[in-house]
Amino acid sequence: MATALTWVDVTAHRPLLSTSNYMPSPASVIAVNAPSTDSTDPSQHRVSGMRRGWITALIVGAPLVLAGCNAYPSYGADPGATKQGNDTFKLYSGMMTTGIVIGGLVAVLILWTVVRYRRRSDEMPKQFHENLPIEILYTAVPVIIVGVLFFFTVLTENNVDATQPVNASVTSTGRPVVDITVTAFQWGWRFDYTGLNVGVVGETTNGPNNHGPQMVVPAGETIQITLVSNDTIHGFYLRDFNFSRYAQPGVTNIFDLNVLHTGTYDGQCTQFCGLYHSEMLFSIRSVTPSAFDTWASAEVTAGHTLQGSPSGVSNIPAPNTRTTPADAGSSVASSATPKQKASA
Amino acid sequence: MTTTIERPEVITPEELGGPDGHHPDAHRGDADHGHHEGPSGIVNWLTSTDHKVIGKSYMITSLVTFFLAGIMAVVIRAQLLDPHTSLVSYQTYNELFTMHGSLMLYLFAGPFAFGGLANYIVPLQVGAPDMAFPRLNALSYWLYLGGVITMLSGFLVAGGAASFGWVAYAPLSNATNSPGAGSDLWLMALALTGFSAIFTGVNLVATILYLRAPGMTMFRVPVFSWNMLVTAILILIAFPVLFAAVVLLFCDRHFGTHIFSVQGGGSPILWQHLFWFFGHPEVYILALPYFGMVTDILPVFSRKPVFGYKGMVFATMSIAALSTGVWAHHMFTTGVVLLPFFSLLSYLIAVPTGIKFFNWIGTMWGGQLSFQTPMMFSIGFLLIFLVGGVTGVLLASPPVDFMTHDTYFVVAHFHNVLIGTAVFAGFAGFYFWYPKMFGRMLREGLGKLHFWFLFVGFWVAFMPQYLLGLHGMPRRVASYAPDTGWTTLNVISTLGSYIIAFSFLFFLVNLVVSWRKPVPAGPNPWDGHGLEWFTSSPPPHHNYTHLPPIRSERPTWDYNHPEHRTVVHKPKDKKSTSPQGDKQAVGAPS
Ligand code: HEM
Ligand SMILES: [Cu+2]
Ligand SMILES: [Cu+2]
Repeated sequence: MATALTWVDVTAHRPLLSTSNYMPSPASVIAVNAPSTDSTDPSQHRVSGMRRGWITALIVGAPLVLAGCNAYPSYGADPGATKQGNDTFKLYSGMMTTGIVIGGLVAVLILWTVVRYRRRSDEMPKQFHENLPIEILYTAVPVIIVGVLFFFTVLTENNVDATQPVNASVTSTGRPVVDITVTAFQWGWRFDYTGLNVGVVGETTNGPNNHGPQMVVPAGETIQITLVSNDTIHGFYLRDFNFSRYAQPGVTNIFDLNVLHTGTYDGQCTQFCGLYHSEMLFSIRSVTPSAFDTWASAEVTAGHTLQGSPSGVSNIPAPNTRTTPADAGSSVASSATPKQKASA
Repeated sequence: MTTTIERPEVITPEELGGPDGHHPDAHRGDADHGHHEGPSGIVNWLTSTDHKVIGKSYMITSLVTFFLAGIMAVVIRAQLLDPHTSLVSYQTYNELFTMHGSLMLYLFAGPFAFGGLANYIVPLQVGAPDMAFPRLNALSYWLYLGGVITMLSGFLVAGGAASFGWVAYAPLSNATNSPGAGSDLWLMALALTGFSAIFTGVNLVATILYLRAPGMTMFRVPVFSWNMLVTAILILIAFPVLFAAVVLLFCDRHFGTHIFSVQGGGSPILWQHLFWFFGHPEVYILALPYFGMVTDILPVFSRKPVFGYKGMVFATMSIAALSTGVWAHHMFTTGVVLLPFFSLLSYLIAVPTGIKFFNWIGTMWGGQLSFQTPMMFSIGFLLIFLVGGVTGVLLASPPVDFMTHDTYFVVAHFHNVLIGTAVFAGFAGFYFWYPKMFGRMLREGLGKLHFWFLFVGFWVAFMPQYLLGLHGMPRRVASYAPDTGWTTLNVISTLGSYIIAFSFLFFLVNLVVSWRKPVPAGPNPWDGHGLEWFTSSPPPHHNYTHLPPIRSERPTWDYNHPEHRTVVHKPKDKKSTSPQGDKQAVGAPS
């Protein structure tokens, strides 16, 4: 049982890290040798995740068979490129297993009943219409099942929503939290690295190889996103992170991301925000911490600073001024989107 | 199907309730009283207050909107066949999915159930001569028709129809972001249909509570009518809130208020709260009537009473109660709602829904099942709704919602639920009660073809969408990058939608055939259970000339099968085979 799931197991089932085409080199797992008291330590995380998984398995019973080959079948989802995303993935996988087992049993019961009791004679069936013990049973059992699901939901939810104090040095390397303000707008994204004085902004088009602006982050470190919008509601979503959050006018959302590996991850606006919602792409590239430092100072040298492209002002076009995706693409690519210079 | 049996003597209401008793016609002093031929011709149709005429009008109108919205769905799917914007422009696409969703939810699924089938069937099931307020009922229909025309006319105005999704989130729906008249027409259409729903709700509550026939105690009301009572109460809770929200948004758009805009000190989140406080109960307003239809159909084709009648009623009530406290599960990703509370309540809805499932299985258990078209559609409902229910439980978990919200996973989920109910259960109800409404049968062969193509098409169209969502495809996108790897699944899904569209050809042919070459249905073609099968098909103007004794929720069955009638509450008591409901019947509420 103890070997049924290891950290490597989870990552080994990852599909190709990214579907994007500007990060061709294969992703590598970076070493995070944290002291065992560190909450971001994957090995500790593994233990609680495993126990949780087995409790679920025991309660449902049947998934034990599945667990023999893989404790967390993916069911089409990504195992999660962030610590938070991996937590969510395990919850999803466990709930999906539960759902498939219970849904499968009910479906079999329905089909079996339909076949077994198909009309074979004109004999009148017994006219029973209730059975109290059975009715109580199938009221009580679902209460217990949803209770268990709710318990694991709350555990995961607390992990996913946990945030670190911005000034704390919480990771193994003792680096401060990377604080990034993300401003979503019609139709593009702006990433302001408050502590580093770096600003990245880009409108988006759907041309091949144009996946919108890119946020560069250090792998293994804690990134804190402050998510805002000045026009309509947008959705900050990355498939590989198993995560989304609204960017809303009047609301400031703060959440942490710990990207586990280097790699490039595609993101996209998920909340419908008007005409060019389909094209509101972005990506996150995670690089080693030292490569991140190099990138940040190069950005400052190139003038891509907070002041150089202040949030919500000149680089963000007024809503509804664009007519076709094509002309927007040309005007933005040259002026606003900085070239990414960091070497991964 | 119908076994020939010797009929006992007919017991009239007079015999039960005395000369001044509850003869159906005794209730009515309306102007329409006396048109015993039933209206025919355009003037009679326009002026009719007969619930059967209004019900049919509702049903036909809502089916037309269903077909229009279905055509839009096929265009949407055709657009997504390949990554690029190939068929329609972004703007048109956005209008299409907005109108598809709005027509399907506001103007088809709801009105078909409570304006159409319920309007026709509920008075029959409870033994009433008409709805409690026939003129209000007529007003409902005309408001509804006005709403349909108003919403569709958005396509004709400059700027096109509304294009902010069926939820009209602020601030996308404000005057700056959605300036066109189409948006205003959309809001007005909601106000109109909202009132039509409220009036129908009032009518259903009054009819079920006060116009029941003698002997029809509340716990003998068939589950379909029970569910309609609870649905109507939910309508009365939810639709006024929608109306208020719509009016406030209209003020923001035209009268310079800032209720939903940050700039003026308002709050866009408030729109979401108001909308979903309507929107989630609305989901059950759309589901409960269809649960009721299936609950009435399964026993008939199993030749057994419904299993766990009271459990069904209490499950319906607890679903309705819970549904008013879960609205913010649509707002998990806003970051401003109390996640555990809304998550827990949402999970709990799975419990009464589960009870319903086991009761449906229990109803078929040990029966003699025959698979006429209504039964096939009902079984299709069970299987499809089951999958939608399971994925719904997943979405009640905030972290899983974070990962799937606004992706195609959710699109697949709610089509699983809505097509399971409004289409599969809805057409089960249509095939089941069509003979009652039109006095003629639909063809079994064409019905089965309709079912099988629809059933297969459904899985082909919507299962790939779960995967698309898990692979990161957002909803409401008119194009996607070719390197996303979503193309194949989209092609499969689109093919499925073509199969679905094709299946409805069998339905239309079936209607034409039944009209051209009618096969008379007779009063009771399915050996039905409810009171509605006791009267002629279609029923006379005030529905009943005489009634059977009502001693259970299936009086017509009891009457036709005295040796197998339902004996409630005293299964071990030998004496209970003698009629024991008369005491209640005499003092029954009228
Ligand atoms: C009959 C076959 C149907 C097909 C092929 C179909 C297909 C679709 C498609 C392709 C979308 C757009 C997804 C997007 O762009 O995000 C959609 C959205 C939607 N559909 Fe359907 N649909 C069908 C039936 C129904 C029914 C019966 C209902 C409700 C009773 C319904 C309710 C909705 C709603 C509410 C939306 C969301 C609209 C929005 O995003 O604002 N659909 N459907
Ligand atoms: Cu968007
Ligand atoms: Cu809801």
